Amino acid sequence: MSTAEPITPRAVGAGHARVDGPLKVTGHALYAVEHGSDEGVTDPLTAWVVGAPVARGRVVRVDAAEALAHAGVVAVLDHETAPRLTETGDAELAILQDDRVHFRGQVVALVLAETSEAAREGARLVRVHVAEEAHVADLDEGVDAGEAYAPEQANAGHETDWADGDLEAARGAASVVVDQTYATPHEHNNPMEPHAAAAHWDGERLTLWDSTQGVHPVAGTLAPLLGLDQERVRVRAPYVGGGFGSKGLPHPPEVAAALAALSQPGRWVRLAITRQQVFSLTGYRTQTRSRVRLSAEPDGRLLAVEHDALSQTSRAKEFVEQTATAARMMYAAPARRTTHRVVPLDVAVPSWMRAPGEMPGMFAHEVAMDELAVACGVDPVDLRVRNEPDRDPETGKPWNDRRLVECLQRGAERFGWAGRPAEPRATVDGDWLVGTGVAAATYPTLWNPDNAARIESRAGGRYAVGIGAVDIGTGARTVLRQVAADALGVDVEAVDLALGDTSLPMATVAGGSAGTASWGTAIVQAAQQFRADHGPDPAPGLHTVSTTEGYPDTEGHALHSFGAVFAEVRVDRWTGEPRCTRLHGTYSVGRVVNPVLARSQLHGGLVMGLSAALHEDGVRDPRFGHTVTQDLATYHVAAHADVPPDLSAEWLEESDLLATPFGGRGVGEIGIVGTAAAIANAAWHATGVRVRDLPATPATFVGGVRG
Amino acid sequence: MTALRLTVDGAERHLDVDTRTTLLDALRERLEVTSPKKGCDHGQCGSCTVLLDGRRSLSCLTLAVAQDGAEVVTAAGLGSPDALHPVQQAFLDHDGYQCGYCTPGQVCSAVGMLAEAAQGHPSHATDDLEADPELTDAEVRERMSGNLCRCGAYAGILAAVQQAAGAARAEERA
Repeated sequence: MSTAEPITPRAVGAGHARVDGPLKVTGHALYAVEHGSDEGVTDPLTAWVVGAPVARGRVVRVDAAEALAHAGVVAVLDHETAPRLTETGDAELAILQDDRVHFRGQVVALVLAETSEAAREGARLVRVHVAEEAHVADLDEGVDAGEAYAPEQANAGHETDWADGDLEAARGAASVVVDQTYATPHEHNNPMEPHAAAAHWDGERLTLWDSTQGVHPVAGTLAPLLGLDQERVRVRAPYVGGGFGSKGLPHPPEVAAALAALSQPGRWVRLAITRQQVFSLTGYRTQTRSRVRLSAEPDGRLLAVEHDALSQTSRAKEFVEQTATAARMMYAAPARRTTHRVVPLDVAVPSWMRAPGEMPGMFAHEVAMDELAVACGVDPVDLRVRNEPDRDPETGKPWNDRRLVECLQRGAERFGWAGRPAEPRATVDGDWLVGTGVAAATYPTLWNPDNAARIESRAGGRYAVGIGAVDIGTGARTVLRQVAADALGVDVEAVDLALGDTSLPMATVAGGSAGTASWGTAIVQAAQQFRADHGPDPAPGLHTVSTTEGYPDTEGHALHSFGAVFAEVRVDRWTGEPRCTRLHGTYSVGRVVNPVLARSQLHGGLVMGLSAALHEDGVRDPRFGHTVTQDLATYHVAAHADVPPDLSAEWLEESDLLATPFGGRGVGEIGIVGTAAAIANAAWHATGVRVRDLPATPATFVGGVRG
Repeated sequence: MTALRLTVDGAERHLDVDTRTTLLDALRERLEVTSPKKGCDHGQCGSCTVLLDGRRSLSCLTLAVAQDGAEVVTAAGLGSPDALHPVQQAFLDHDGYQCGYCTPGQVCSAVGMLAEAAQGHPSHATDDLEADPELTDAEVRERMSGNLCRCGAYAGILAAVQQAAGAARAEERA
């Protein structure tokens, strides 16, 4: 069998509670460095990262004498003494292999000690002598120096530039033009569990308890770096304290843990980076600047969409946020132009953060749409309906089932949009200026091939299902069991699911909202193959392993999810303080496998979008090249009191069998898309102050709201 | 090294600690009590919250040697997977968590907060400082704001805390 067949949903669609809930609420679920003597992690060493004190230069000498003299310090590894890597082409991962300093905070030494206190003090005592070189850590400085370039491609393989139609003619025919620049700051994923790993090298095999979104991807990256066959690297991640993209690709902490273990054969080493180090060693969403130019007819129908995205990357390793890709498919327009340019700086390496591309890109695009609605005197919901494309503008393919208009209309009804005054500053409640706003959301249906699952029959009609997927909090452990139960035609209680271990069949990353779709399809295919191999009533101990090659119909259709986000914002007329008091999203995401868990995921995306709209700001000091706001006090993420009293998410009842054999797409990312724009648009409606730079803070409004 | 006695989740524990050791590290690294989590080590995230002599406390901000003789209750001591504390059950009922890393701290914080409110402690969200505080949603959100949840499970946590608060009030009346 080469592909899975659609299944009949029974458990799929039911709101099963998280199977790991009792372990989590009591604290018995064990995260990376928490594995202890029960698992053979006895008498571990603690490793501590020493970061580069400059943004660019060379390490002249690492003076470890004082550190080594400190009681409990066992060793200090630097670029001369650390174990050698076989591959050093990836400058982010090839730590301690040469004397180059690419960014402030880069790993330049590792202290190994008997206790965490000694390791930390040892790290303080290490003297790193550097030959500092002039650096550039500011986007504008890089632009002014003429360093912006067109990359070969953007993240996820998107084309750098893409255009369509006669742009000049469309511009010439336009009677309404919105032409503005929108900016988003550096944003940091900040999962609650900082990146951490416990590693052990026995001379033959490397074993890791890791905090990652993909155990197989980590093993597949570390093995060639270390010159090992992949079978000699075992990675386990039963529980992971969030990731949001920052644990999607291996980063220096994992390499550091592996090098530390290699240097101490037979001894476990634990490495948990500090919250401060999270800001420089685990990726982040680069700041973006989007110039969006919308050319339209007087009634708001688009004639041309232009989106020029600028971001920065690290000279150590290129990462290009695909900010302009949503503009290629979102609305109908006869002409279109999208570009990505990037400036290399001497800074930490950016990477994935929840909905890379769509999140900052749709902030820009959807605020621009709101500006167009105002310019044309058209209701913002109607404007979007008016620009609905009947097929994908980018590929020309028919949609799988694009239901954005229904999301907008249902969301508007649920939110109470009707009767909203068109003009800003129309509603005042005491000291608060009150406004509402809307934005659309979209996320592509991604799907990863080469996932495999193992199905084994057990006594008493039970089945063991194994796949090396990771549950980072999404609920994979719960929903994959539901999918497996339906694929096998048994109750969920009859399924024993194992995941989070490279000893289980190959699984791709928990990312791109593709986890449940990719892994679930593999499980369905393996279950169907198992039935073909062993029948409906198998003897215990029979098994089938099957790898998926393809399922979604990406050849014939453009597969995307859509949504509509509505926000109410209040801004204090004296202090300019903005508060989001209502937030609602209506989504089209295919069949929802588990409504309880999907609602939590969508809520989480909405909250993170709100956090980006009003709070998060990674402030870099260009003089030194580091993030000043590198902790959870100065880099504020939304807390309980910031979350709207009225927060809700709903979805359309549907099943997308073009996407998966169980009809679902993905819900991890779309909740963050469009949310910041809806809040920014509501803030404009409240105050008349147009928000084009995130985050919107009291300073954004205080000059414009008085009186 | 300093000798220390702690009661942790009902069990008396004796240990020698470095004077630099925080209570959190003593629990996690010396005693293998990993229910309290380390999210920031700076008292900014709340993941390390435990009940210290009955009150919620950030275990990363106190040195172990300062707590000789103290009673520490973690989420693992409040209930077990087979016999959950009502607050823990409420978190399950309302899916008040996702990755689970902040969760033991949220649970301890909620238990401590409910006790504070019952004792009449006001908060920033309290209008009348003289009256017994009513645990409105705004009060709960304010009082729980020291516990960050990056998964954004706040709506579920709020509902869970309100369920537990309602159950506690009902018990009080009965």
